[in-house]
Amino acid sequence: MKKLIELKVNGEEYEIAADVNRTLLEVLREELGFTGSKEACDLGACGACTVLMDGRPVLSCLTLAIEAQGKDILTIEGLAKEGELHPLQKSFVDHGAIQCGFCTPGMIMTGKALLDRNLSPTEDEIREAISGNLCRCTGYVKIIEAVKVTAEQQT
Amino acid sequence: MTKYSVVGKSLPRTDDPLRATGRALFASDYSIPGMLFGKILRSHYPHAKILNIDSEKAERLSGVKKIITGKDTIGVKYGFVGLFPQTFDEFALAIDKVRYIGDEVAAVAATSEDIAEEALDLIEVEYEELPAVFDPIEAMKPGAPKIHDHAQNNISFMLEREFGNVDKAFREADYVREDEFVTQPVDHVPLELHAALANYDDSGKLTLWSTTQSPYYLHKQLELTLGLKESQIRVIKPYLGGGFGDRVDMSSYDFCAALLSIKTGKPVKIMGTREEEFSFSRRRHPMRVYLKSGAKRDGTISVSHFRIISDTGAYNSTGVLAINIPLAPVTTTYNIPNLKYEGFQVYSNNQVSGAMRGHSVPQVHFAIDSQLDLIAEELGIDPVEIRLKNARKERETTVLGTKIASCGLTRCLNRSREIMDWGNKWGNLKEGKGMGIGTMSFASGASFNFFGSTSSFSAATVRLLDDGTATLLTGASDIGQGSDGTLAQIAAEELGVHLNDIRVVSADTELTPVDYGSYSSRVTMFAGNAVKNAAADAKNQLLEVVAKKLEANIDDLEARDRKIYVKGTPEKGMSFTDAILATQTVNKGMPVIGKGFYDPPPFNFVTSEGDISPAFSFGSYFAEVEVDRETGIIEVKCITAAHDCGKAINPIRVEGQLEGSVQMGLGYALSEHSVTVKGMVLNPSFLDYKFPTALDMPKVTSVIVEEYDPAGPFGAKESGEGTTIPVAPAIVNAIYNATGLRMKELPVTPDKILKAMKGKKSKRRC
Repeated sequence: MKKLIELKVNGEEYEIAADVNRTLLEVLREELGFTGSKEACDLGACGACTVLMDGRPVLSCLTLAIEAQGKDILTIEGLAKEGELHPLQKSFVDHGAIQCGFCTPGMIMTGKALLDRNLSPTEDEIREAISGNLCRCTGYVKIIEAVKVTAEQQT
Repeated sequence: MTKYSVVGKSLPRTDDPLRATGRALFASDYSIPGMLFGKILRSHYPHAKILNIDSEKAERLSGVKKIITGKDTIGVKYGFVGLFPQTFDEFALAIDKVRYIGDEVAAVAATSEDIAEEALDLIEVEYEELPAVFDPIEAMKPGAPKIHDHAQNNISFMLEREFGNVDKAFREADYVREDEFVTQPVDHVPLELHAALANYDDSGKLTLWSTTQSPYYLHKQLELTLGLKESQIRVIKPYLGGGFGDRVDMSSYDFCAALLSIKTGKPVKIMGTREEEFSFSRRRHPMRVYLKSGAKRDGTISVSHFRIISDTGAYNSTGVLAINIPLAPVTTTYNIPNLKYEGFQVYSNNQVSGAMRGHSVPQVHFAIDSQLDLIAEELGIDPVEIRLKNARKERETTVLGTKIASCGLTRCLNRSREIMDWGNKWGNLKEGKGMGIGTMSFASGASFNFFGSTSSFSAATVRLLDDGTATLLTGASDIGQGSDGTLAQIAAEELGVHLNDIRVVSADTELTPVDYGSYSSRVTMFAGNAVKNAAADAKNQLLEVVAKKLEANIDDLEARDRKIYVKGTPEKGMSFTDAILATQTVNKGMPVIGKGFYDPPPFNFVTSEGDISPAFSFGSYFAEVEVDRETGIIEVKCITAAHDCGKAINPIRVEGQLEGSVQMGLGYALSEHSVTVKGMVLNPSFLDYKFPTALDMPKVTSVIVEEYDPAGPFGAKESGEGTTIPVAPAIVNAIYNATGLRMKELPVTPDKILKAMKGKKSKRRC
């Protein structure tokens, strides 16, 4: 059964008709073209689909699109402003935190949520925060460094 | 002024911002208007005859556009190593029978994924179940179920080699011991799932966007299995979310999407699921490694006898290589003058094994480094010293006749020892704490031409533009390891321009010159040399013109920092842009295009003699662990990873490989296991398959040891696959040091530790 769903994504309003069982991830990727959020397990176990909903990180593969109605959704595509990378994005690029780049969008969104609530996280707090985001390439070392350096630059 | 201006710098790829903003498009991100969605029906039986497939009900389901089975194919078997035709043993869609749980039986194209999935349930397959076998030892016994008609005793591939005088060496050894080591099946787990989007157009051309790490091989395998000509196929590898060997082979997604598109005339996209990835894609070969070695009293290893029994699962896939490849490290890491090697690749009704980072060497080096510690203990020698005593040295030739031009193993061992404070800590750690060492050597690309191709192993072209920049075309595949960036750095250095002057077009079989792909850690060496040669060719075209303009000798010219000048007088030179314009003017508009290729020195596959690779990386990792005797939980505190990669083209990227390898090796040692019972994988999800998270990672100290190798571009060697090899043995040796428990079976889980503790009153070492 399709329903009209109003979504606010990266500051823009969208209205779409979607089946009620459609996940936010499916609607973002397939209806709205925000393919930056990735599907890698469809089970809420890898974090590749992480987006921010009212500032909080959520797994968009476990969130129904209809649940996101009226919420402020921020995806990886909404982070850079006027062609300028967000400091966290720049830090990921500069510190070798990106290898294949598939986990990167989810990792950066989780990192942003952490830095938004904790200006100067310890290394353990960073590890804890990203522990739900799986990466098979980097061993997380440079990802942790990228988040840490961004925090240091902000404070 | 430093020797190089771009090589040796930790520069990001110029397109890394796209990965950071989510704009990089991966295969799963592509869509074409009007495309259909595919799903694959797989066998639920490990071994069965297909009696009948009835797809009538499924075809009647609204939205279903096409169903294909083996009957719709041309019935040609494919494989990976064409030099051994009997190992071309797999139908893209099963015809006669199924040989593992997951064997592909049919595929559906429908207007949505949901409909395609529903259709799978409506396809009725009548099977006659056959007896199955899941253990390669059982499979080799007389009377075991026969999985392929051509394979006696289910042996898919066998290699027996002897070098030196093994019997004499064993007779003369002061000390001889035999051990057996067992390794488990593990999955590659790249973050991106398999995906394929095929578009067969009205001109008879098939374009496939695929999560492949070898577009060239995929192209060849599609030609073979679809009966198309080379020119009818275009394979594109877009951004790829990891490979680790999982994607060197053609996948069922590739084939089924292609055939469904051909049959329907519409684009067809098939996406894998994580469950399929864990259960049905390739996995690392589980192996039993029997190792008997003889040593002199002073710890010099004089002889080794390896007997390796490997479970290839239902098909051979890369099984020939899995048996051949260990021949290199067993003779290169340590100087073993006498060697007996027996390798058996055995069929079973398990999931198919394939290439995975290090391709058999993690299994075999687990045995080598574990046994070396046992020998050291028996002979009362320090584990570092026994390794230094036997370590390969530069300018030596192995018993296979492989020439080793550069070798940093001794430097790696010494650096790791120093950083870990081995001298003070070894033997003095508290109860439950321990240290251990793992080592390795690995080919910088294998000198195997699997398809007997007449094209070179790697080729590249470099086109210079009027604005002073260059477009590099390479068939090499950036699968996340960063090869696009590394190759761009090589091109920039050779041309004498900046990194952001190079645009890379890669891994598109229509546009880019042949390159066999990203496997066997070959890209920096093979594609790197091809790119360097192509850039040199383009540059030389400029130098000829500039030499005349500057009235200088061509040999006195240098290209650097966007200028070409007589060495020592950069202020008097010509800008790179002007040089391009001048060259085009002189040559009446002829574009400046450089071509280059690379072929390795020959290796004799029949006798296993010669240079199996142009150069070898070396490494030693030291691990420190703490074992909780109450719970059996093992915590890896830190790992020092020293790796000789020759000249590091991009040091931060080498560090990334080392750190990622530690993670993968950590999982291999302690937690990862595709638990398989009667051919069924019981833990096909991230919740049950435990690969290390950020909380599990130890402190990693990366040490790059640069031993220049004359074969490599700017002296570079591999740093992609070999890096994962020493992790597990280092950890397992450290566990022994901490507990006195010699664990010979991976993974070493807490329950195994507790069981082993109960089994014997452990004595702590040192």
